[in-house]
Amino acid sequence: MMHPSTDPLTPSAAPKKQVFALGLLSGGLDSMLAARLLMEQGIRVECVNFYTGFCIQGHTGAMRNPEPDARPARHDALHAAQLLGIKLHLVDIAEEYVRIVTDPKHGYGSNLNPCLDCKIFMVARAWSMKERLGFDFLFTGEVLGQRPMSQRRENLPHIEREAGVEGWLLRPLCATRLKATEPEKLGWVDRQRLRGFSGRGRKPQMALAEQFGLRDYPSPAGGCCFLTDVNYSRKLQDLWHFRGEKAYTMEDIVLLKAGRHLRPAPRFKVIVGRDETENRFLSGFREGRWAIHATELAGPLMLVEGQPDDEDLTLACRLAARFGQGRHLPQVLLTVERHGQQQTRLVTPLPAAEIPPEWYL
Amino acid sequence: MSVADHEKEEPQADLLLDVRRLLCPLPILRAEAAIAPLASGAILAVLATDPGLARDLPAWCSVHGHRFLGLKNQGRELIGWVAKG
Repeated sequence: MMHPSTDPLTPSAAPKKQVFALGLLSGGLDSMLAARLLMEQGIRVECVNFYTGFCIQGHTGAMRNPEPDARPARHDALHAAQLLGIKLHLVDIAEEYVRIVTDPKHGYGSNLNPCLDCKIFMVARAWSMKERLGFDFLFTGEVLGQRPMSQRRENLPHIEREAGVEGWLLRPLCATRLKATEPEKLGWVDRQRLRGFSGRGRKPQMALAEQFGLRDYPSPAGGCCFLTDVNYSRKLQDLWHFRGEKAYTMEDIVLLKAGRHLRPAPRFKVIVGRDETENRFLSGFREGRWAIHATELAGPLMLVEGQPDDEDLTLACRLAARFGQGRHLPQVLLTVERHGQQQTRLVTPLPAAEIPPEWYL
Repeated sequence: MSVADHEKEEPQADLLLDVRRLLCPLPILRAEAAIAPLASGAILAVLATDPGLARDLPAWCSVHGHRFLGLKNQGRELIGWVAKG
């Protein structure tokens, strides 16, 4: 009889399975720590980061003149992956994501953020990569009770069930407060080495980051999605309302991030550049819109969207003059362009008192 | 970050990818798609307006095993070079 330790059929002699986990990496501290906790156990980790079109990744920095003390723009998940030394799959889901934003089964959070539907969608989408990548289970950096919608205790099982990953989604940062998952039951992951974080406090995460030597991570207050932003959501709601349908294009959602938006009438709105960089950025979106700028003076580029009549265009010109250097002059000459055709209009800048606050979106 | 020295000769690109006006992370997503069919060692040049490329391109190379060859500012545009790993 063979000694158990040399018997190829006994578990002790079988080569140890190299466990492979795929994580959802936002680039924030929690998802980095979740990855790191698994890596500590010798688990092979790769991550995925989804581009929804609403991701906040230094877009403002790319559209506007840089602030003197601004942090240089970067893609946080990419840099987190670099820091962790792992592979990152960047996946563009912007087109598929439209139905999540326009018709979320679980509704919106305090703004137009469909957080629960979003998490379910992303988990399911990550799981759909299983066959191609060959990972064993999924993980996220969720912390029980940290976020009001997607991280409430009663919602966590919904996420797994609706995403079709029941038992295969591990949350290393709060695992010890949750039911054991399949990777834990199978002995692939040592539950004792996971954490039981809960609530909105950040101290345990910061202590763990210190322990791991992770210092270069984004501020938790930063947020990662424009849909959680009240101003952005108001502009998107306005767009849906006046178009008469809940739909958007990729160009729409980019434009909602740029400029000052005003709606003087239901049939048209204007977008006004706030600095030179933003004017240049908006200039790339002239196609299909009216573009207005002062002919002889410095000032913003204004885009006009909708179905303005001639009188509306004059009003838009007066507004454009208001935001330019000629605001105190009796009259300003404006150039109006559309489809390569140009005309000029001489207008009186609109006094600030004649701009109702409700025009501002 | 390694930046191409203006004195040095620019790498000879096999493919030029124009991602001007696209915002992060689209320049990197497009670069990923563009580099996929290239042979190992082939050089991809990425022309962008998003200043984030200056930090993201080297990070992407490091994560995906490509070689970052340098980056140059051209007025309001940036051009970066990557050799496929």
